[in-house]
Amino acid sequence: MTGTLLSISGLTKAYPGVVANDTVSFDIQEGEVHALLGENGAGKSTLVKMIYGLVKPDSGTMTWRGEAFAPPEPKAARASGVAMVFQHFSLFDALNVAENVALGMENPPKMRDLARKIRRVSEAYGLPLDPNRTVGDLSAGERQRVEIIRCLLQDPKLLIMDEPTSVLTPQEVEILFKTLNKLRSEGTSILYISHKLEEIRTLCDHATILRLGKNVGECVPAETSARDMAELMVGDTLQTPTRSTEKTGDVMLDVSGLSLQPTSPFGTTLKNIHFTVKAGEILGLGGVAGNGQDELLAALSGESTTWPDAVKVKGQDVGHLGPNARRELGILAAPEERLGHAAAPDMSLVENALLTGMIRKNLTSNGFVDWSGTTEFAEQVIKEFDVRTPGSDRAARSLSGGNLQKFVIGREVLQSPEVLVVNQPTWGVDAAAAASIRQSLLDLAAGGAAIVCISQDLDELMEISDRFGALNEGRMSDIRPAAGLTIDEIGLMMGGAHGMEVAHSNEGAEA
Amino acid sequence: MIKLEKRAQPSRTLALATPVIAVVITMIAGGLLFATLGKNPIEAISTIFWEPLFGEFAFYYRPQLLVKGGPLILIAIGLSLGFRAGIWNIGAEGQYIMGAICGAGAGLAFYPMESIFIFPIMIIAGALGGWIWAMIPALLKVKFGTNEILVSLMLVYVAEQLLASVSLGLLKNPEGFGFPGSRNLQEYASAHNAELIAGTGMHWGVLFAFIAVILSYVLLNKHILGFNIRLTGEAPRAARFAGVNPTRLILFCLGTSGALAGLAGMFEVSGPAGQVSIDFGVGYGFTAIIVAFLGRLHPVGILLAGLLMALTYIGGEIAQSNMGLPAAAIQVFQGMLLFFLLALDLLTNFRIRLAVKGAA
Repeated sequence: MTGTLLSISGLTKAYPGVVANDTVSFDIQEGEVHALLGENGAGKSTLVKMIYGLVKPDSGTMTWRGEAFAPPEPKAARASGVAMVFQHFSLFDALNVAENVALGMENPPKMRDLARKIRRVSEAYGLPLDPNRTVGDLSAGERQRVEIIRCLLQDPKLLIMDEPTSVLTPQEVEILFKTLNKLRSEGTSILYISHKLEEIRTLCDHATILRLGKNVGECVPAETSARDMAELMVGDTLQTPTRSTEKTGDVMLDVSGLSLQPTSPFGTTLKNIHFTVKAGEILGLGGVAGNGQDELLAALSGESTTWPDAVKVKGQDVGHLGPNARRELGILAAPEERLGHAAAPDMSLVENALLTGMIRKNLTSNGFVDWSGTTEFAEQVIKEFDVRTPGSDRAARSLSGGNLQKFVIGREVLQSPEVLVVNQPTWGVDAAAAASIRQSLLDLAAGGAAIVCISQDLDELMEISDRFGALNEGRMSDIRPAAGLTIDEIGLMMGGAHGMEVAHSNEGAEA
Repeated sequence: MIKLEKRAQPSRTLALATPVIAVVITMIAGGLLFATLGKNPIEAISTIFWEPLFGEFAFYYRPQLLVKGGPLILIAIGLSLGFRAGIWNIGAEGQYIMGAICGAGAGLAFYPMESIFIFPIMIIAGALGGWIWAMIPALLKVKFGTNEILVSLMLVYVAEQLLASVSLGLLKNPEGFGFPGSRNLQEYASAHNAELIAGTGMHWGVLFAFIAVILSYVLLNKHILGFNIRLTGEAPRAARFAGVNPTRLILFCLGTSGALAGLAGMFEVSGPAGQVSIDFGVGYGFTAIIVAFLGRLHPVGILLAGLLMALTYIGGEIAQSNMGLPAAAIQVFQGMLLFFLLALDLLTNFRIRLAVKGAA
């Protein structure tokens, strides 16, 4: 099929203080995978929300197969044939797959018929899914399949996918791409939102690049280098982090036989984890979210305590010590969740500087806070890490995600840690800021610190790690030198593809 | 269509202005209420707010402002520490009663001996009484994870029963002709919490309340413990990350609020009230919760709110006796004050936008 499915012209949407989309125009052809590329805050989400009828544009028009298209609500968009898989799933844990799918339908068929339909669609597209399983027991990848199948049952003409691979292992990504390719071959158009350039190069026919709400360029991804696309996205020449020659020293952090029950009912149990990190070394830890990353950070930061010799720093037992005692010994941490964990949202940056800086920066005497010293420290973090804010008296929540992340990482780095544990250091951060954060981690390691970097961004881990390991259901894989690891090997370390290959081989057998 | 929009930064101007606006709106709504009851609204409002301060009998009412405001402020300061940290001590009334029983009991144990050491001992006993009563919900919460709201509230009723029991038994005045109630501490010089300056209403409890305001201000703004309290209230997970020990914080906050409530009870029983009696508890412990929120959980705010609350109490009583307003109407009026205050509080974090419906 050829022809234009959806044509967007001059779409503008302004929110108080920010223009989310500024006269954006592009066309989506029938049966193409169209990438929407841009940094966080570039306006991708607002744009797709307008297509899906969740947000009304201030001005501009959309044309659907030659007819004016202005869905007043998602129901109307769905009726036209638009379906969307959101980045955050809207599923009920306590219900089973079929019940969840039925909830999103206007006229759900009988449960038995629906289950049969789900099974048929899931087999047809290589997305194995048992309609009777409870959603609470499914992995993130399987939950995404529920959302995709929910969309496919509507027989969509345009499928919008918002950052679909952020929760998947490489093998799961491969399976997903097979499904999307099959859909494309059947004539379904796909609007694929991502900032992962390599993915877009393998999958997409066409890409539209947004920056600060504006359409700044279009390209054919397969013919454009990832670097060129990244520079279009950022609008600047990218600084690739550089590392000095590795010179690793003594073992700084020694974790042996670390097991830990989760504190929350939905947490992951850490099971017998062993690893060491030497001075000057960065250990990258991959793994799909929810496989024990938060728990491992808590066990290393001191938020969760274990028996003394499970965690050792420079040979000293610290497993039983709390966060402040560990800070005294030079172990610092930066948790994943910026607002509410790494920083208090309604407190000022100065107060947030005190939050972890109290011990190593000597910001109290006899329990009384040295506010001028704390302000100085906060200003130093803001200056050296290029945190964009009108002043250190601003509340943490008034900063953008990337700026707050720079503050959180800078706050720890400037305390000259001997061991630094970071979880998702560049999550939701724009490419330029991410590069500077990575550079600061590399510099810190070059200065003799041992760094544990937990991340779901494999490119990031490959870029900065000396050695690589993965967490899977609370267990640690073997730790191997990062140089020379293939994507397949990494995928296996991350726990394989949860049996997804089977479905595709079945499909092959039937065909 | 009205839309609420979260502000990036809480508005400081509005944080200061909303209590004043709330008082004004309360006056208007209260005036309407009094008008529907057939009273002159302007007269009623001025009776409540003007009469106690500048009226004909102001010489009598003005000291009452400190007498009523003192315990409210003392209790509310203690409560505000816990409230800031998300620890909800609702049972200050019980701790207040226990402080009074222990304080008065300690004093009466020495009767009729006279000594300058008796009053300080009573102060310590009063604080201890409130502290122990607050430690019950604190320990249960720390050990078994019970809800401190329920436990502390239930202990109010236990304390009331104890109060009745000692009024009729242990502390009953042997020379009281069989009437319930203890000896009158106002007639026992060593135990009497007399006015420090005659005719001002300023007694030891009021002085303690002012000291508590200052100490609480210093604690919250200058000390790491105050920072930890605020941090725990705003972001519990960040507090844990910052190394705050939640157990210790619960014990400190509940303990301090209990001790201050106990002190308030002890100063009340040895001064304005004079004796332990069945009807000693008049709800200061509950009203202090309103005072704490009315004052934005800020020490200076609590000081002003305590005085304002005392004013509406005194003015309310005058309005009842002079104008024949029903007591319930006065209580509704006081309730309105809290309601408008909390409702307007929204404006410090949100702004209201009027959006035209249906605009594409």
